[in-house]
Amino acid sequence: MPPALAIYAPIFPEIFLALAAMALLMYGVFGGDRESEVPGWLAVLILAATGALVLMQAPGAVQLFDGAVIVDDFARFMKLLILGGSGFALILSFDYLRDAKILKFEFPVIALLSTVGMMLMASANNLISLYMALELQSLALYVLCAFRRDSVLSAEAGLKYFVLGALSSGLLLYGCSLVYGFTGTMSFAGIASVLQTSGSNIGLVFGLVFILCGVAFKLSAVPFHMWTPDVYQGAPTPVTAFLAAAPKVAAFAMLIRLVEDAFPAVATDWKQIVIAVSVGSMLLGAFAAIGQTNIKRLMAYSSIGHVGYALVGIAAGTPEGVKGVMIYLAIYVVMTLGTFACILAMRRKGGHVEDIAELSGLSRHQPMLAFMLAMLLFSMAGIPPLAGFFAKYFVFTAAIQAGLFWLAVLGVLTSVVSTFYYLAIISKMYFQEPAANFEPMPGKLRFVLAVTGVITLFLFIPINLLVTAAEAAARSLF
Amino acid sequence: MVEFWNSYGFPLTIILVQSLGLLVSVLLVVAYLLLADRKIWAAVQMRRGPNVVGAYGLLQSFADLLKFVLKEPVIPAGADKTVFLMAPIVTAVLALSAWAVIPLDDGWVVANINVGILYIFAISSLGVYGVIMGGWASNSKYPFLGALRSAAQMVSYEVSIGFVIITVLLCAGSLNISEIVKAQDTAYGALGWYWLPLFPMFVIFFVSALAETNRPPFDLPEAESELVAGFMVEYSSTPYLLFMLGEYVAITTMCALMTVLFLGGWLPPVNYAPFTWVPGVIWFLLKVCFAFFMFAMVKAIVPRYRYDQLMRLGWKVFLPISLAMVVIVAGVLQIFQLAP
Amino acid sequence: MSIATAFFYIFAVVTIASAIMVITVRNPVHAVLFLILAFFNAAGLFVLLGAEFIAMILVIVYVGAVAVLFLFVVMMLDVDFAELRAGYAKYLPVGGLIGAILLAELLLVVSAWTIAPESALRIGERIPGDVTNAEAIGRVLYTRYVYFFELSGLVLLVAMIGAIVLTLRHREGVKRQNIGDQVARDRTAIEIKKVETGRGI
Repeated sequence: MPPALAIYAPIFPEIFLALAAMALLMYGVFGGDRESEVPGWLAVLILAATGALVLMQAPGAVQLFDGAVIVDDFARFMKLLILGGSGFALILSFDYLRDAKILKFEFPVIALLSTVGMMLMASANNLISLYMALELQSLALYVLCAFRRDSVLSAEAGLKYFVLGALSSGLLLYGCSLVYGFTGTMSFAGIASVLQTSGSNIGLVFGLVFILCGVAFKLSAVPFHMWTPDVYQGAPTPVTAFLAAAPKVAAFAMLIRLVEDAFPAVATDWKQIVIAVSVGSMLLGAFAAIGQTNIKRLMAYSSIGHVGYALVGIAAGTPEGVKGVMIYLAIYVVMTLGTFACILAMRRKGGHVEDIAELSGLSRHQPMLAFMLAMLLFSMAGIPPLAGFFAKYFVFTAAIQAGLFWLAVLGVLTSVVSTFYYLAIISKMYFQEPAANFEPMPGKLRFVLAVTGVITLFLFIPINLLVTAAEAAARSLF
Repeated sequence: MVEFWNSYGFPLTIILVQSLGLLVSVLLVVAYLLLADRKIWAAVQMRRGPNVVGAYGLLQSFADLLKFVLKEPVIPAGADKTVFLMAPIVTAVLALSAWAVIPLDDGWVVANINVGILYIFAISSLGVYGVIMGGWASNSKYPFLGALRSAAQMVSYEVSIGFVIITVLLCAGSLNISEIVKAQDTAYGALGWYWLPLFPMFVIFFVSALAETNRPPFDLPEAESELVAGFMVEYSSTPYLLFMLGEYVAITTMCALMTVLFLGGWLPPVNYAPFTWVPGVIWFLLKVCFAFFMFAMVKAIVPRYRYDQLMRLGWKVFLPISLAMVVIVAGVLQIFQLAP
Repeated sequence: MSIATAFFYIFAVVTIASAIMVITVRNPVHAVLFLILAFFNAAGLFVLLGAEFIAMILVIVYVGAVAVLFLFVVMMLDVDFAELRAGYAKYLPVGGLIGAILLAELLLVVSAWTIAPESALRIGERIPGDVTNAEAIGRVLYTRYVYFFELSGLVLLVAMIGAIVLTLRHREGVKRQNIGDQVARDRTAIEIKKVETGRGI
């Protein structure tokens, strides 16, 4: 590599990913066969290669482009999660896209470009780069949601997501401009140092509130969650899986870096907001999911709840809390992808079904699938020794250490409530008269389900590895 | 008072006089270019063309002007009156205001602004409003269809014109039009002007200029065989005159732009006497006339494009070529260290 | 009062007035036309600031391209004004309440307004006198801010792919013109005759 380019080595993975996405686009346009799985598999390979590039980087923090981008252990951890989430979501997509007759090369290309945006979100170290990366990610997701353009639901999901997403971007941008106006700088470090000396004032807090509103929308946290059920239900199922996994990680990465690097001096201000949002999300996630009959809508409410639990870690505001959030996200991504592999397996002759009632008696026809789904749901509810338990454990311990005892208790209580609807599904699968059988599960879904299922079941053995990695990554922020 | 006069009044008066002089001369030139257009067209078709008013029809344009002004303006009952009347005014005013930055000779320019070329590009991209407004305000089918066609067409070809201008800017290194002309002043005379090194861009610019000004073979907005007279169906009298005037002034502007971008503006074709004795403004005029002659010949000999062909040419041929040329020109300038 | 000040007030007043007209006129096409007027005057304000490059780009991009498409769409839309106004009356109380709250908040913010000393320092960074506007932007856009530039390029790429993938439909059974085939056609299919000039056929 020429020395002039060597300084860009820290963001080489992102550059590679972007260039590879464009090359894939060229391949798709000029490559002839329009209905093939080749671009998709190439995209998975590209994501794996990018992950390897991220892994190969030396530890330590580097800033680039006048501090607009920072690459540190925290960013690398999050990027690996994002890449994994995107890659597995892509593997989930093939069969569905083929069935829906939308197996087009643009799908993996847009997903890759969205992943570039997510990775840059994890590295954003200044208000402009934060906004730009977020837009890149969101714009691609809007398109993906409307990808099944002949379906009214999909178009509605895309449009709804787009309109509300644009509104939230506007809020975020307005907040950024207020913060810039009151501090005179865009960079996180600069904002932090200005706040250190001059302290907070009401205008700045306004900016902070607007920014947090925008981020809360991207996280689908209460009270900005309204879009989530509709979009989750309307979007093509693999897109929902994609949407539920990687972008959440990216948004959390962005939020953590923003509050920890730019606004440590006004921690009391943002902690109040985060706590309120977290409480709302946990409660809504637990109670609103109970009446759902569509499994994708249920997953939407479940994800709102999970966001609430993860936010508890941020509310703690300690390295322990950040570590907890990172572990939570890692496990959440795995559980979500596994569950969506099961949802995508709900396939009959006429196409995919999404009603929870269709799962009745699944244990009779496909005992393995039923068992895996049951385990994943138990894990989501947080039953030990499954992975989901550790996720909640680390977040709640961090909250208790930070003196937020009541928040942890509320988290446990809402977890108990959420167990109710997870159990309802499991009892349907095991104790009800069987509905018609599903089509046999395709190999790709089996693969994803096997990987995620094994991690969910046996994570308690190597949990220390994850904890150590998350601890090292969290330390780079403080 | 004296101070006020010296600091504001006097410069303002000078600008006013300059503008007025330019306006009158442009309108005069346009009047005769219009006649030339008809004469060339006639000659190609072996007709005589206008030959009744004045010797060889030299006063024909003025007779037409009187005719239009004296006729009764008819405004359709369902029309949006304000917009209907504003449309031709917008067209004419915009077309004329582009001339403010065009240098007729070294220093002969009303406003020698730094971003002159962008100004012209901006003004010419606004030309579409006159057409859209006119078409919409007429509240009638043919004008509306014409307006829609025109909007799509002009926006499409603007893109390639923009890229052509960028390649020229890369070579000249300035957005100031006088500087662009001066950058073409080399020892090779006419061979050093940008038409030769950037020949593909010259061709693209010429064709795009035809489309941008709704000239045949791209006069789809007023295709008489399909849309009667397109967006001008409902216009008559002075508003119609303003539309025609705006159109021809815009064509002349495009010719002038072609002259300064590719044909060396006021520069003589050979850098030796007696060519250097001729004033620059004469060379400029000659080049504009040459460019207009090409416009007129195209109108006379090329049949009208179909709409899909027009769009194909703009988006699938010109856009990729001009985009590639921007990259190639920038690359060549960078590699051979030619960039100014 | 200098001429620049006079022009500032002209541009400012027209900008604000046309901005108000955008949201008050009933005809959406008129609203877009007023929007264009507002853009135009904003460009004038930029010229007064000495930012002529941005002024021209504003006119080219917003007025010359974006607003044209906007006008295009609005003209094609069949907007039912009566229905719109019915909704207006229904949502007026809620909207008014939100507006009042926002106004109160904004007043709070403005009352706490302090300009950071750093931002005041930044304003002092003027463009050197011999550098033109476009050059000054170019100098930082492709060096210091290249990251944002490239990132916006990616955003636009996504927008383009998205627009194509969501709207492009290949219709079956449509006859398409193939220029290459036409040009490569056998010359024996036509007969070329020399015609003497001025004679006709």
